[in-house]
Order: sequence, then structure tokens, then C-alpha cells
Amino acid sequence: MLSLKQRRSLNTLLMGVLAWGVALAIFFPIFWMLLTSFKTEIDAFATPPQLFFSPTLENYTLVNERSDYLHFAWNSVVVSFGSTIIGMMLAVPAAYSMAFFETKRTKGTLLWMLSTKMLPPVGVLVPIYLIFKDTGLLDTKTGLVIIYTLINLPIMIWMAYTYFKEIPKEVLEAARMDGSTLFQEIWRVLLPMSKGGLAATVLLSLILSWNEAFWSLNLTASEAAPLTALIASYSSPEGLFWAKLSAVSTLACAPILIFGWISQKQLVRGLSFGAVK
Amino acid sequence: MNNKRYLSAVMAVGMTAVASSAMAATKVTIGTVNNGDMVRMQGLSDEFERLHPDIDLNWVVLEENVLRQRLTTDIATDGGQFDVMTIGMYEAPIWGEKGWLTPMEDLPSDYDLSDIFPSVLGGLSSDGTLYALPFYAESSMTFYRKDLFEANGLSMPQQPSWDQMKTFAETLHKPEDEQYGICLRGKAGWGENMALITTMANAFGARWFDENWKPEFTGEEWNNAVSFYVDLLGNYGPPGASSNGFNENLALFNSGKCAMWVDATVAGSFLTDESQSRVAEHIGFALAPEQVTSKGSGWLWSWALAVPVSSDAKEAAKTFITWATSRAYSQLVEETYGIANVPPGTRTSTYDNAEYLEAAPFATRTLEAIGNADPNDSTLNPSPYVGVQFAAIPEFQSIATQVGKLISGALAGSMSVDHALKAAQSITLREMTRARYYSN
Amino acid sequence: MKTTALNAGPASSAAEPKQDSRQGSIRKTSRINRFMVSPSVLVLALWMVIPLSMTIYFSVIRYNLLYPGDNEFVGLENFQFFVTDFGFMAGMSNTLLLVGSVLLITVVLGVLISLLVNQAFWGRGIVRILLISPFFIMPTVNALIWKNLLLHPVSGVFAAIWKFFGATPIDWFSEFPLFSIIMIVSWQWLPFAILLLMTALQSLDQEQQEAARLDGAGPWALFFHLTLPHLARPIAVVVMIETIFLLSIFAEIFTTTGGGPGYETTNLAYLIYSQALLQFDVGLASAGGLIAVVLANIAAFFLVRLIGKSLTEKQ
Repeated sequence: MLSLKQRRSLNTLLMGVLAWGVALAIFFPIFWMLLTSFKTEIDAFATPPQLFFSPTLENYTLVNERSDYLHFAWNSVVVSFGSTIIGMMLAVPAAYSMAFFETKRTKGTLLWMLSTKMLPPVGVLVPIYLIFKDTGLLDTKTGLVIIYTLINLPIMIWMAYTYFKEIPKEVLEAARMDGSTLFQEIWRVLLPMSKGGLAATVLLSLILSWNEAFWSLNLTASEAAPLTALIASYSSPEGLFWAKLSAVSTLACAPILIFGWISQKQLVRGLSFGAVK
Repeated sequence: MNNKRYLSAVMAVGMTAVASSAMAATKVTIGTVNNGDMVRMQGLSDEFERLHPDIDLNWVVLEENVLRQRLTTDIATDGGQFDVMTIGMYEAPIWGEKGWLTPMEDLPSDYDLSDIFPSVLGGLSSDGTLYALPFYAESSMTFYRKDLFEANGLSMPQQPSWDQMKTFAETLHKPEDEQYGICLRGKAGWGENMALITTMANAFGARWFDENWKPEFTGEEWNNAVSFYVDLLGNYGPPGASSNGFNENLALFNSGKCAMWVDATVAGSFLTDESQSRVAEHIGFALAPEQVTSKGSGWLWSWALAVPVSSDAKEAAKTFITWATSRAYSQLVEETYGIANVPPGTRTSTYDNAEYLEAAPFATRTLEAIGNADPNDSTLNPSPYVGVQFAAIPEFQSIATQVGKLISGALAGSMSVDHALKAAQSITLREMTRARYYSN
Repeated sequence: MKTTALNAGPASSAAEPKQDSRQGSIRKTSRINRFMVSPSVLVLALWMVIPLSMTIYFSVIRYNLLYPGDNEFVGLENFQFFVTDFGFMAGMSNTLLLVGSVLLITVVLGVLISLLVNQAFWGRGIVRILLISPFFIMPTVNALIWKNLLLHPVSGVFAAIWKFFGATPIDWFSEFPLFSIIMIVSWQWLPFAILLLMTALQSLDQEQQEAARLDGAGPWALFFHLTLPHLARPIAVVVMIETIFLLSIFAEIFTTTGGGPGYETTNLAYLIYSQALLQFDVGLASAGGLIAVVLANIAAFFLVRLIGKSLTEKQ
């Protein structure tokens, strides 16, 4: 007969095994892509799919030779971080006043903001293209930053608002009573308390901008094209390309993936969804 | 006190500025697809920049559908983002007629326009003016496994009929050994499955539109063609055929799973390439199948380079495209990548070269197929449109994509051939009515 | 008074003594309030108004990029044409099916998996990283990997597994096209749900849980009465955000099935593309876009009815 303690640890063990199983299953496609990037094109299409094969770096060297990876990567970095920073500068104040000074109009405003995302991009391609053309924003990083800020702003406001709502007003009022200005109140009290939530918001915005593949293809040519365009250039209508595509995808997703992995520790540690003792 | 120094500094800066602006390179932005020949062209752009140090090439490489949409949006809104556009025989006549492309006149004397196949030039012109320079051209043909044919006592004629293809497929279809009788395009798309199906339909005596621009999908010819297609590919083809495009079939054939394949002539270079094909030595070539007629049985397509009128670097762009489609360029490719990789299908001189014919066993058939294809006379009964596997009208893309989806659905078994054709007819009529083709 | 109306929130306890200065600071904060919200509102309003009005204008004229200059007013003809399209009904129902299924899968699995990972076990950090990875991959890459490397009936991994067990491999995109798309999209968005729910669980009040358990509450009761209510708000956020994105899914369909076979995987966004953009009919695309907006608003209206409370109330 197992004691309560023993049953508890067996339980934990089983859960652990199950968790690992699920995680590996979910990660498998990415693992497979990584594996394929080291295969030759023939191996990539072999039946049955090969787990063991002689690895090669030829795909990566080819990508390096054929395209200027750094140019695309830099564009991705500038556009993602740029739009996220500007977005946060607009979103945090808005979310602050909506969370702590709620009015009858707040809910409506929030929903209206979300509704700006309801027009499918395909339907609005030509108007936007015309606007960008007339303002000279075509194929510029500035143009992409502007449009990404606009499409991500509603999400950022929503998420910041949700996290701010978890923080009791009393804490902020206490700071105000102590004589701090509005700015100090936000900077010294609010932001540290909602650090985890804001980090999640920033991460989400970065991912959305990094992976955005409609505007980044249609509004850029050679100057401002980010990594999504690089991936698009490896999709060949005539010829085998799985291995090369896996290699270029790994290169394109790696930066944001690594960034996310590193930062998620901060995220998970600091997030509080409402437990302020 | 320091005025003299200041002045000389300003002059120095000024002179450098003047000098460097005289040396400032013209930027040429090129939009292209990711086919092997284009990739090679990109690889050789250093050579071009060496010959023309005042021109700076920038590449935008995209997948075909995305590229087409991108280029069309740009050229129609006068965007000016691209100086060189890679377009096909579908866009060239349409855009040329609208005055969006710079006419290709006053070409250098050593360019030798007469060396290029007339049908290819014709497909890229409108009203007698050439609007794009062909980079490479292709038709379609039959590829088959010589070893499997020998082993089964079969013999492939120069131009088989579709009925004959069916008999071959029946014999060679051994799914338990992962050997499929025939591989054909099934993936929906106006340039994917519809390219093949249109040539099949042509061979069965069908046409897209009659002289009054009314579609004929409910007619006997289309019914025969599509029923035959669904039956052939469904019974003797690989699993998942309805989502197989060119690439998927190429991969299947290269790994030895297809006994026969009817597709683009450029596939020949991939199939005979030992570094990617397991069956490189066993490839046989025949013309694309006929049935009641051989008109329009092999398609004609060319990727060409054009200069939009909205470009701000027209001269430099024209210099580039004349270089990239010239005989000297073919020679450069020969020296750098080997003679079998010379851009095919455009110049007679390529095919007069015995070395090329030897290195590329598919070359003679390709030449024949291109010679037989005539965009102005591709159907048994007269038709009002230009194009073998497409109709060069703006509405065609959307119509053919929808019809392609229907036929792909019929192949996948989600609807009957009858239903698919009836739906195709209504859809096409609807679109053509909206586009005001019928004056009533 | 005007200022108090703008500041209607839960009444603060320590209010009375400093009435005057508080009214002064209320006035100040309400001004700041408006000032802080305005930039975002202004920016979004511009963003909405300009393209939207252009879209409305285009939707009532005849405007095809390939026939420039032929721009007469045609009233509701574009809308009529779009709505009578053969794929319209399918497009609508597929959109709703897609959104609903992915929401269901990601929320249910998200809750289960985040509960699973909530307890400490060896390597939990790595497991968490593995779980959130798919969200970082580009949707087009995602679709290509699934289509070619995993689901391909001849050379895919799934096919190999099926053959290993002696069964015939399934041709996913022909036999279960919509389900395949749902699978791919769910895989992409599940990490998002897991991330948000996982972090929410971190802040679950442990003392409350212990107390309830000591009182004799079983695991199910604990789950329904303590855990789930606590997760209500993050679930609501996940649902809202995912819905907005899932309504206009395009890349995955474009890369894999092209909307087919037939219309089985065509959703509204793809319909706009294949009907309008493919033939550069801007008028039709605009009309389709507006119809999509109307439908999205209807969906959001019902959604807010369902979960709105959890979103804006304090726990």
C-alpha cells in the first residue's frame, strides 16, 4: 500500500511523463523541419522518411550565397522592434486610463478598437497600396513600422488593459497619496507590478510583426523586405526545395524563437494574474 | 583667419559630391520567380554589374502567384516599384495592349531577333509590337520510363494518343510496389492542373469559348476529356493526386514512383540530373498525347522580361534584359553551369548546337513540341482567344482557378464530373456576363 | 457634475476629508485620462476611417485594375455578385466552423495542458519552452511543413506511421481538407493559449486551494469552483484575440489547399482573394471586405454577450 506521500510522488512522476510526451509531440514538426534542413533534397523526399541520414550543410551555404540574410534579418528586427516600441508608447497610457478610470464609454472603445482589425487585409490591399504609393511609403521600413503599429495596437491595448485590471487601485492611490506625480506613479509602481503581463504583450507584438506575411510581401520590394520575403523567395514552382526551405525557415525563425525562449522565463516568473496579498 | 582652409574644405567636399554623383549607380529592381534558370541569372548578376558598373541590380524573388499579384498591383497603380518584371505569355499581350509596357524596339544589332522562335515572339506581342524579351520557353511533353516499358514489352510511339496512354498505365500500375501507372497534375490552379487539362481538352476537340465567348463545358468534348482525366488519374495515379502539382510529381518521378508523366518540357533537365533523380538514365521522351486532334496538345509558355512604363530606370532596365536574353548570356551560362543548363526554348541557335543536343536528351523533343504549339490556332474548332493552355483575357485567371478547383474536387471524389462541369459552365457564364462580354 | 460623471469607477474609501483637493485632482485626472487615451484613439480612428472610406467608395463603383478609367457607379451590384457566388455559403460556414473548432481545441487543450504543467517536475522549464515554440513559426512555413513533410500521403511522417501499423495512409488534404487546416491552425495557436493560461495558473491562490482540500473538496470540485473561475479572464482574452485573427486566416489555406477541393476549405478571406483579387476586381474585393466586416461584427457581438462580463469586471 502506498502512503499518501508516495502516491503523491507517483502522481507527479506520471504527470511529468505525460507532460514530456505532450511537449515532444507538439514540438515534433519543428524538430522535423530542423532535421530536414540538414538533408539533401533527395533525402528530404525519401520514403520512408529518414531519421538517420548523412547530414550536410549545403542548404545553409546555399542560402547564404544566394541571399543576403543579414539584410532581411535587419529589416525584420527594425520593423518588429520599432512597431512594438511605438505601439507600447501609445498603448500603455491608453490602457492605464481605461483600466483605472473606467467610464461608460470604455468598453465600447475597447470593442471598437478590436473591430478595426475585422477587415480582411485582402479586401483592403489596393486602397492601402494607393495610400502608400502617394505618400512615398512603398518599400520603406517606416511604412512597415507604421502599418504594423496600427494593426497591433488594439491587441496591445487589450492585453495591457487586462493585466492592469488585475492591479488593485488602492496600491496606486497609496502612491499618489504619498505625493508622487502621475508619471512616477506609472513608472515606479505600475510598471514593475505588471512587468510580466507587459512582457507578454511585447512578446506577442514582436511575434506578430516578425511573422506577418501579407503586408510585408505586398508593400516592399528590395529595400525594406523582411525575413518573410526571404522565405517567400524559396518557394519554387518548379523544382525541389524542401530541404532548402527548411534551412531558410530555420534561419528566419531562429532569432525570434531564441528571443522568445530566453524571455519566457522572465514572463512566467513575473506574471501575476491578480494575486496581490 | 581660417577662411582659406574653410574654403578649400568646402571646395573639396563639393568636388567629391559632384564626382560621386556622376558615379552614382542607377538602381534597377527586378521582380522574378524562383525557377532554376532565374536563380542562375541571379547568380550571374555579378558578371553584369562588372560589365556595367553604373547599374546596381536589386532582386525581389517571389512565388509565381504572389509575384503575379504583386506585379499587377504595381503596374496597374503606376507604383513604379519595379524596373524589370518577369511576366509570362498571359500578361504580356494584355499589358502590352494597355500601354503599360515599354515596346521592345531598337534592340542592338547583335541581339538577333530572327534567332528567336516566331511562335514565342508572337506570344509576347500585341498587335505586332513585341513587349517582352523571352528568357526561356517551354511546351509540354510525355516522359516515360524506358526500362519499365522494355520490361513489359511496351513501345511508346512518337506521339501517343490518350487511349494508348491509358492502356500503358493499366499495365504499369503496381501500387503495391509503389509504382504508379501515370502521374499528372491534379492541384487546382489556372497554371497548375488547368494547364494540363486544357491541353487534354484541346486534344479531345474542345475549346474554352466559342466565337461568341460562350463557354462550352457542358458540351460533349469537355465531358469526354474531363471524364477520361478523372478516370485515368484516379485509377492509375498516385494517392493524393488531387493536390499534386509540378513539384510533387517531379519528386515522385525522380524517386522512381511514376511510369509516365505529361508535363512541362523543362522537367527534362531535372529528370535527367543524376544529383536529384534516381532514374536519370531511364527517361524516354515523346510528344504530349493527342486524341481526336493534335492541335493544342502541347502547351506554350514563356517567362519573359519586360520593362514597365512606370519605371524610372528604363534605359538601364532595357540594357539588363537585352543582356539576360542574349546569345552571349547563354554562352556565359554554358561556361559557368554547363551546357545542359542553358535557358531552353527560345533560340534556334541553341538547338543548332550539337553539343547541346547531346548534353540534353530532351532537347529535340522540346524543339518539336515548341514548334507545334501555336497560340493563335490551338483548338479544333475556331476560338476567339489567343493561347494554348489559357485564354489571354484578364478574366481567365479567376475563372480557370475556380474551374480548376471543381475538377480537382471531381478527381478527389467530392463531386461527380457532371456536376463539376455544370458548375464550371455557370461560373464562367456568370463571370463573363459581369465582365460585359455579352452585349445584351 | 461633469467631472464625477467621467470618473465613475468603484468608489474609493478614503474620499471625504479632502473633498476640495480631490475634486481638483479628479478634474486633473480626467483631463489626463482623455489625454492619454486620445493618441491611440486618434491614430486608430485615422487608420480605420481612411482605408475604410476608400473601401466603401470602391465597393459601389466598378473598378478593375485591368480596366482603368472604367469607373462608373454601380450601386449594390458588387455586393450582389459577391453574395450570389457559388462559394459564398460555403465560405461563411467554413469561416465559422474554422474559428469555432480552433477556439474549442485551443482552449480545452490549453487548459488541460497548462494544468498538467502547473506542478513541478523534472525539466519543467524545457517542457514549457517546447510547448510554446510553434507560435513563433511563420504561418506559411508552418503550412508548408505540415503539408509536405508531415501530411503528404506518400512521403510524409504520418503516412510512415500509418504504414508501420499496416494501414493505408490517409490523403489528408483530399479526404479531410477542412480538418487538416483546423489541425494546422490549432497547432499554431495552442501555444498562445497555453502561455496565457499557464501564467495565469501561477497566480492561483495556493492557500485557498489547501484550505478547500482540507475541507474535503475533491479534485473536480476544486477545478470547477476555484481554478476555472480564476481562469475565466485569461480564457476570455484568448478567445477574443484568437477570434480576431482566425476570422481572416489566409496564408495557411493559400499554401495548402487553395480553397479546395471544391469550396471545402474556402473561407471568406480566401473567397475575396479568389473572386476579386485574382482578377484584380477592386470593387468586388471591397464589397467582399465590407461583408466580412459585417459578419465579424455579428460574431463579435455574440461573443461579447457570452464572455464580456469576465473581460471587464474585477475578479
